[in-house]
Amino acid sequence: MKFIKAILSAAVIAAVCIAAPAQAAPKRIALVVKALGNGFFEAAARGAEEAAKELGDVEIIYTGPTDTTAEGQIEVINSLIAQRVDAIAISANDAEALVPALKKAMNRGITVISWDSGVAPEGRQVHLNPSSNALIGNMIIKLAADHLPDGGEVAVLSATATATNQNIWIEEMNKVMGNYPGIKVVATVYGDDLADKSYREAQGLMQTYPDLDAIIAPTSIGIVAAAQAVVDAGKVGKVNVTGLGLPSEMAGAIESGASKSFAIWNPIDLGYSATMIAHALANGDATAEPGAKIPMGRMGTLTLDDDRAGAMSDPFVYDSSNIDAFKSIF
Amino acid sequence: MLKRLATSREALLLGAILVLLALISTRFPAFITPSNLVGVFNDTSPLILLALGQMIVILTKCIDLSVAANLALTGMVVALVNVAAPGVPVAVILLVAITLGTIMGMFNGLLVWKVQIPPIVVTLGTMTIYRGIIFLLSDGKWVNAHEMSPAFKAFPRMELLGLPMLSWFGILAVILFYFIMTRTTLGRAFYAVGGNPHAAVYAGINVGYTQFWAYTISGALSGLAGYLWVSRYAVAYVDLAGGFELEVVAACVIGGVSIAGGLGTVAGTLLGALFLGIVKNALPVINISPFWQLAISGAAIIIAVVFNARANRTKGRVILKSAEQTA
Repeated sequence: MKFIKAILSAAVIAAVCIAAPAQAAPKRIALVVKALGNGFFEAAARGAEEAAKELGDVEIIYTGPTDTTAEGQIEVINSLIAQRVDAIAISANDAEALVPALKKAMNRGITVISWDSGVAPEGRQVHLNPSSNALIGNMIIKLAADHLPDGGEVAVLSATATATNQNIWIEEMNKVMGNYPGIKVVATVYGDDLADKSYREAQGLMQTYPDLDAIIAPTSIGIVAAAQAVVDAGKVGKVNVTGLGLPSEMAGAIESGASKSFAIWNPIDLGYSATMIAHALANGDATAEPGAKIPMGRMGTLTLDDDRAGAMSDPFVYDSSNIDAFKSIF
Repeated sequence: MLKRLATSREALLLGAILVLLALISTRFPAFITPSNLVGVFNDTSPLILLALGQMIVILTKCIDLSVAANLALTGMVVALVNVAAPGVPVAVILLVAITLGTIMGMFNGLLVWKVQIPPIVVTLGTMTIYRGIIFLLSDGKWVNAHEMSPAFKAFPRMELLGLPMLSWFGILAVILFYFIMTRTTLGRAFYAVGGNPHAAVYAGINVGYTQFWAYTISGALSGLAGYLWVSRYAVAYVDLAGGFELEVVAACVIGGVSIAGGLGTVAGTLLGALFLGIVKNALPVINISPFWQLAISGAAIIIAVVFNARANRTKGRVILKSAEQTA
């Protein structure tokens, strides 16, 4: 009896000793965003917390600069290196400028991934795209075409003429135009991500093309401004505003009928997936190499391409049926 | 004849605007329909409001770079007030906006007058401070269309005698400023302070005090424009009207307000703002590449500055020059 007790207690002690290191040092994953105080990123942080809860041994450090600058993020990265975090998951303000700081982090054994807005391949192990450019390009034209069964004229209201992501999406959209017969893109204009300029450009589109059926704005400021311009021009029901926007910002446009539907990736899913990937890499459960498959919990698996980047999913469509549930989230 | 035309900035600018309109109408005839021109004027009204304020600041040899930040902060505050208490009448909102703008203008004015910091430094600083406060107040979040009350959004669009309220504010400001600049001692003081500060002191004008009032008025107009802007575009966010301060200064410069102070008129400023407003509204409808749009706006400013410099050079100091020559 005594003997069994001794063995049992020894086993318990041994078990505690083995388990202790894992218990004592949870993985610390830093979620670095473009700027603090942005609803989109706060929703991503909620997703990260959800992943942390699911994984159990993860502590999330949600941080970022107060304005969207590369310098601000470099400072944040340096302080995270000093704190010896286990992983950095960053949405970058600049693809190139952050590379030296992130390289330094990787040299110290910190797992580095980018998500949402990427870092050049040499500055990170994995990049998680919220969606693929092809999926987005297809989605923005599909949103317009779905409400135009007999075809029609659509125009694109972009951000700046030099915005890389906007241009790629428009390019991808043009590639799949053949799948939507009868839909004609009549113009592409630029609102520079300013409410007043976007509003004026939308007004100009409606004047120049009196038969315009839809405005596609793959930018959150542009889509809101275009919706307001349509309301003010008394063209609700005639011109449908769609594209990429945030539910909290677009709720009024859906309510007024200026926009029938729009899409955006779900930032909660994005933060969740980024955390899952960072954890898998930091733990050694997955390796960052072309073709690798990394598990993302409830979001499935991420397949990496030659640049070690992958796409999470199709953009998520919001319309009058689900806007109320999401407008308070982000 | 040519000399007189070159010095009559208003006539020259009016001619340039008419030529511009004629050029635009060849590519897009509908642009010069009365209803569209009314729309352009309505769109330019916030710029007119701010340019008039900027004009008196520049007249006193100062500059106000914080106008757009003031506009954005006031806009955010009234939007937040509207969200917190949707029942507050628009009259109260207007009062809050103008008061808040005035206070921010006074703050600029006090720093220039009492602390004697160079105006460009003061307003560069307050520009950043005001934007920072918006961030703190809003936590970086947007105030969106569906959160604003219908009355709050409807006011600038409300029509009176066929014109929206936004346009009426522009018209009223022009009339009021014409009166102030030509009929009041304060108006004369603005010119005197910028034209020759030393002489102004001997004439019994307090230079700093006059500059303080210029900033205060500019601030009040920015505050008013803040509410109009936010309710018109039905959105408030940190970067609202980003870079608009440069457009305001550009309107003044194109309108013939001398950056060196003391020279400029209400009519010129109005025309300068209208010129920019027409360019901004026309370029989107006549399919000009966005890169050219920037170049065209920039070129208009440079041409205006060249004219300003020429106009100033032909003026004055003739006696001194001949004195130098004879000496």
